[in-house]
Amino acid sequence: MTNKLLNIVLADDDEDDRMLFKEAIDEINIRTKLSIFNHGQQLMDYLTLPNIILPNLIFLDLNMPIKNGTQCLIEIRSNPMLQDLCVAIYSTSSSERDIEETFLNGANIYVNKPTNFSKLREVVEKVLQLNWQYHTSNLNKDTFLFRI
Amino acid sequence: MILFVKYNLNLMCKTFLKEHLDALDISYTLTGVGEVYIKEKLSQEKKKKLSDSLKKYGIEILTNQKLTLVERIKNAIDEMLKDNENKPLKLSTYLSDTLNYSYTHLSSIFSESTYTSIENYTILRKVDLVKDYLCNTNLTLTEIAFKLNYSSVAHLSGQFKKTTGLTPSSFQNIMKKKKNLIPNIK
Repeated sequence: MTNKLLNIVLADDDEDDRMLFKEAIDEINIRTKLSIFNHGQQLMDYLTLPNIILPNLIFLDLNMPIKNGTQCLIEIRSNPMLQDLCVAIYSTSSSERDIEETFLNGANIYVNKPTNFSKLREVVEKVLQLNWQYHTSNLNKDTFLFRI
Repeated sequence: MILFVKYNLNLMCKTFLKEHLDALDISYTLTGVGEVYIKEKLSQEKKKKLSDSLKKYGIEILTNQKLTLVERIKNAIDEMLKDNENKPLKLSTYLSDTLNYSYTHLSSIFSESTYTSIENYTILRKVDLVKDYLCNTNLTLTEIAFKLNYSSVAHLSGQFKKTTGLTPSSFQNIMKKKKNLIPNIK
C-alpha cells in the first residue's frame, strides 16, 4: 500500500522503558521509524539540527534529568519551526494537575505509562492510529487533545 | 534567431484538459489542481479516448482508485455529518448509496489504507465536530447532540469521554484556559 512511514521520536531517561517501547512499536502493524533519546536536551539538540526531517510524533517523558519533558514541550511550542509538531506526553504521573498543565503547555496527547507490556502495545497503537488520522484527514489540529 | 517564451504550466494543463473534454462532449468542472469533476458517468470507451488523447501531453488519468476512494468516503461522511436536514439511519446504507459500492468493499479499502475502520473514523470525526462546537459556538450539549444525531446527551458525553479520555466540560475548560494564555501557543 502507499502508506508512508511514520517518523516517531521518544525521549525517556529510563533504559527499560525505552526498550519496552521499542519492542511494542516493532510489534505494531504500522510502518514506523523510531529514534530514541535519553533526555530532553538530546532531543532538543536533534530537533534543532538544520535540515532534519521533523518527526510526525514525539513521545515525551515528563521526569528526565538535564531537561525535563515540560521544558521541552514549552521550547517546542515557542519555536516557529517546531510548533506544529504533534507531542504525546508519556508519563507515570496521573495527577490531574500535571495533565492539565501539559495540555495548557500545548501537548496533544497525554498517555499514562501502562504497567504491563500488552497494555503498552495497545496504548501505543491507539496513539499512532490517532496521530495518523490527524496526519491524513482534515481534522482540526487546534483541538487535538486526547488522554489515553 | 532565438525566441524567448514564457509559459504557465498550470494554465496549459487546464486548457488541454478543457479542449479534450469539450471535444468528447463531456460536461465537467475543473474543481482543483489535478481534479476534474464529471457530471455524467463516463463510458469505458469515452474514458479510453480521453486518456489516449491526453497521454501525448503527459497527462495521465490516475488509477490509484484506492486512495481516491478513501478521500471520497471521508468527504461523504463529512457531508452527512454537516447536513442537518437529512439524517440517514445507517451509515453503511448511506455510504453504499452515495458512492455506489458495496459497504464491504468500501470498508475493506478504507481499513487497508487508514489503519482504522470507517466506524471509528466517523466517531473520531463526530467528536472532532463536537470539539469545534464546544470551542466556537454557544450551543449547549443538548443542541450539539441533536445536531450530530446522537440519541441523547448521555450518549454524546459517553462517546466523547471514551474517545478523548476527557469529559466535554473538562475539555472545554482546558480550551478556555488555553485561549487566555499567550496567543501563539497552540
